[in-house]
Amino acid sequence: MGHVTSPAPVEIERTESAEEVFAVPEPDVPWVTIVHNDPVNLMSYVTYVFQTYFGYTKDKAHKLMLDVHHKGRAVVSSGSREEMERDVQAMHGYGLWATLQQDRK
Amino acid sequence: MSGTFEPLPGGGAAVALDDVEISIIRSLAVQLMELIGPGPAEDAPADPLAELFAEGPSEPPADPVLRRLFPDAYCDPERVPDSPGEAEEQQAHSAEFRRYTENDLRAGKRENALMVIRSLDALSPVGEGSAVLKLSPEESRQWLGALNDLRLAIGSRLEIVGEDDTELLYRLPDEDPRKPMVMAYLWLGGLQESLVETLMP
Repeated sequence: MGHVTSPAPVEIERTESAEEVFAVPEPDVPWVTIVHNDPVNLMSYVTYVFQTYFGYTKDKAHKLMLDVHHKGRAVVSSGSREEMERDVQAMHGYGLWATLQQDRK
Repeated sequence: MSGTFEPLPGGGAAVALDDVEISIIRSLAVQLMELIGPGPAEDAPADPLAELFAEGPSEPPADPVLRRLFPDAYCDPERVPDSPGEAEEQQAHSAEFRRYTENDLRAGKRENALMVIRSLDALSPVGEGSAVLKLSPEESRQWLGALNDLRLAIGSRLEIVGEDDTELLYRLPDEDPRKPMVMAYLWLGGLQESLVETLMP
């Protein structure tokens, strides 16, 4: 009987540790939408999209557009993954090249 | 080819187009619609529920124009993934995103292109082979989206991938076979630029 009961705690332990692995919560890091530079989209159009879709001021939209143009990319919004998927879909609708990812410091 | 959009009093925009310009835009818009392809409504049987639950594709399109119009949502073009596992995860997330968004995105772009075609077909000539196209603010937004998609499509066909490529296009010799497409690309850029101006908040 001893050899029957002794593996049991081991089994339980294993189950617990496996659950622990799966239970690790998603790190609480926000997601970001990134717009990438491309040579076709007009600077005025990109500014227009940032103002129209995100409701940014002309100054902020213009600055983000310049970041895209000069640095090759700009973070244009941040939030939950679902929100960023919505933003990326909208950017693709406008023809801007956008991706989302978890914000890395 | 010097027509530019002017704002209309009370909103909207207008542009004078001649027959050649109308036929160029129309033909490009038709080509774009054909490339984007039929929507789920045309594909699916008459069951509206089937259409509602129809999933989009999970693979990126094979055509470079369509790949540019519908890029991978989770794959940063400037960053190589740290590991094969990360690359695989990005592909999987992009595929899922595509399944739930690409049909809608295609439908939106198709509607814009179709609106452009219809508005051109509704034009009545005002003089010797020319007409004035008048757009409401909403029609202007659809035209703007369609003009941008057309330029992305042509830009992709002309392999404009860097800022220098545009510079080179300005200096193409007349006998270059790409010249007509380049002329159309630059002209549409001017049209789009003037249309954006009329819409700026």
